[in-house]
Amino acid sequence: MDANTTINKLNARFPESVTETHAYRGDDTAVVKKEDLLQICKFLRDDKELQYNFMMDLTAVDYLGREPRFEVVYHLYSLPFNRRFRIKTRVSESECSVDSIVSLWASADWFEREAYDMYGIVFNGHPELRRILLYEDFQGHPLRKDYPIKKRQPQIGPTC
Amino acid sequence: MSDTAKDLHSEYMVINMGPSHPVTHGTVKFLLTLEGETIIDMKVDIGYLHRGFEKMCENGTWEQVMPYTDRLNYVSPLINNVGYALAVEKLIGIETPQRCQYIRVIASELARISDHYTNIAASGLELGAFTAFLYFVEARELVWDLIEMLCGARVTANYVRIGGLKNDLPDGFKAKTRDVFKRCRELWADVDHLLTKNRIFIDRVRNVGIMPPKDAIAWGFTGPCLRACGIPYDVRKFHPYLVYDQMDFEVPVGEKGDNFDRYAVRMEEINQSMRIVEQALDKLPSGPINVDMPEYRWQSKEDISNRIESLIFHFKTVTEGIKPPAGEVYSAVEGANGELGFYLVSDGSGKPYKCRVRPPCFPLTAAMPKMVKGGFIADIVPTFDMINMIGGECDR
Repeated sequence: MDANTTINKLNARFPESVTETHAYRGDDTAVVKKEDLLQICKFLRDDKELQYNFMMDLTAVDYLGREPRFEVVYHLYSLPFNRRFRIKTRVSESECSVDSIVSLWASADWFEREAYDMYGIVFNGHPELRRILLYEDFQGHPLRKDYPIKKRQPQIGPTC
Repeated sequence: MSDTAKDLHSEYMVINMGPSHPVTHGTVKFLLTLEGETIIDMKVDIGYLHRGFEKMCENGTWEQVMPYTDRLNYVSPLINNVGYALAVEKLIGIETPQRCQYIRVIASELARISDHYTNIAASGLELGAFTAFLYFVEARELVWDLIEMLCGARVTANYVRIGGLKNDLPDGFKAKTRDVFKRCRELWADVDHLLTKNRIFIDRVRNVGIMPPKDAIAWGFTGPCLRACGIPYDVRKFHPYLVYDQMDFEVPVGEKGDNFDRYAVRMEEINQSMRIVEQALDKLPSGPINVDMPEYRWQSKEDISNRIESLIFHFKTVTEGIKPPAGEVYSAVEGANGELGFYLVSDGSGKPYKCRVRPPCFPLTAAMPKMVKGGFIADIVPTFDMINMIGGECDR
């Protein structure tokens, strides 16, 4: 199978949803509409010729000043075909949410919590979406580009 | 009789284990719900070692990230160095000279050996096998001697550079490696005798923390913990980077996916890594260790002092940082705990726009509740040992 099989199959199956593809430095990438993300991920995981059974990494990127502002990035890996694939979806600041994929890959659980913690992106349907690396009272989301690097957090804990 | 049973406390007990607990080598909190000694539920709380790695990277130059990577998995910093350098090189689109690639393989494998030593030593210690700990810490010291000889530091190596290395192999490295490995193999045999067939050790680790292969994949396991389930996924074999495709080594796999298999896989990987180091030292080609691209890698001190072009490039790369083209890449290496991935986004400036690390022990730690639920509280110790959660890497 040629290297672009995944992109071709995605384009054929979801012509409306895939808005952009590229293969910069050999990393096959597709940008998809966020409404169809769950469906596309399910297809990528279950299709016999793709079988992306690993959800290796999930993160977000803040492109401040661009609209939509955020990109949620998923790195999938197919063990049977030894192939990697990157899927991205764009999320705007005003509607800062995307469907959770925990139902497909259990590994997404903590990664989604981390993306929520760092960027404030809400993953709809996540079983327990709360902060993971930072504490509950933390104000703001530190990896957003408009979070100042020297910002101080208020003191927490019992006051007396 | 029935009246006494009523009086017994039968509700669940909720207790905290950690964040600072003597048997968890790493700062982590387990919130346990217990019925007697049986674990009914467990919540894992991480983040105690969060230092804002990504935020720091986004505010430094591409080269300034290198020392931060040392502090990810601080037990095998050289692999992190190599992983980051490879990711940036992929972004730029350059390949380092052969000699550099061989030395990077040697450095990575030394780091892997020391990581596995630490893991097994600490696990032994926490299960009461103090002698094994002493033996493997001695072996680790010897490997650290080699790493010190290589780059001058024992733990925070900061040895690899984008497009090359800090320095070449020192004189006498090969002979020293031979001596060190001879002693390390003796120590390995000692620990093997002390642990592998030890009834007490086996009782603590056999059939504990089992992860079926299907679940291990869904939970994103990689590295020794995945191979213990019988899946031979190793980045060095499946996506060969550097010169791993020219090395003759085997990937040990387990059968059951329990803690004993994880231990056994790591023990065998130590041997295989030693084989790789020896082969790489034998085959080591001569030649330069840095790419000849002054816009990405500093030239020698001599050139900088004598050639105006070199001086200009040096000035530019030091003050503004190197400038990879705009784009995004994901590049993975086989870390000591599994797939260590770097997802980098460049906007063409001197600073990373995004520098994401895929820490291998993050998904492993996430699966802790699944592995210990229904077991005894004492099973947490070997399971947590064997997933080898490293705070610096998990929390970043």
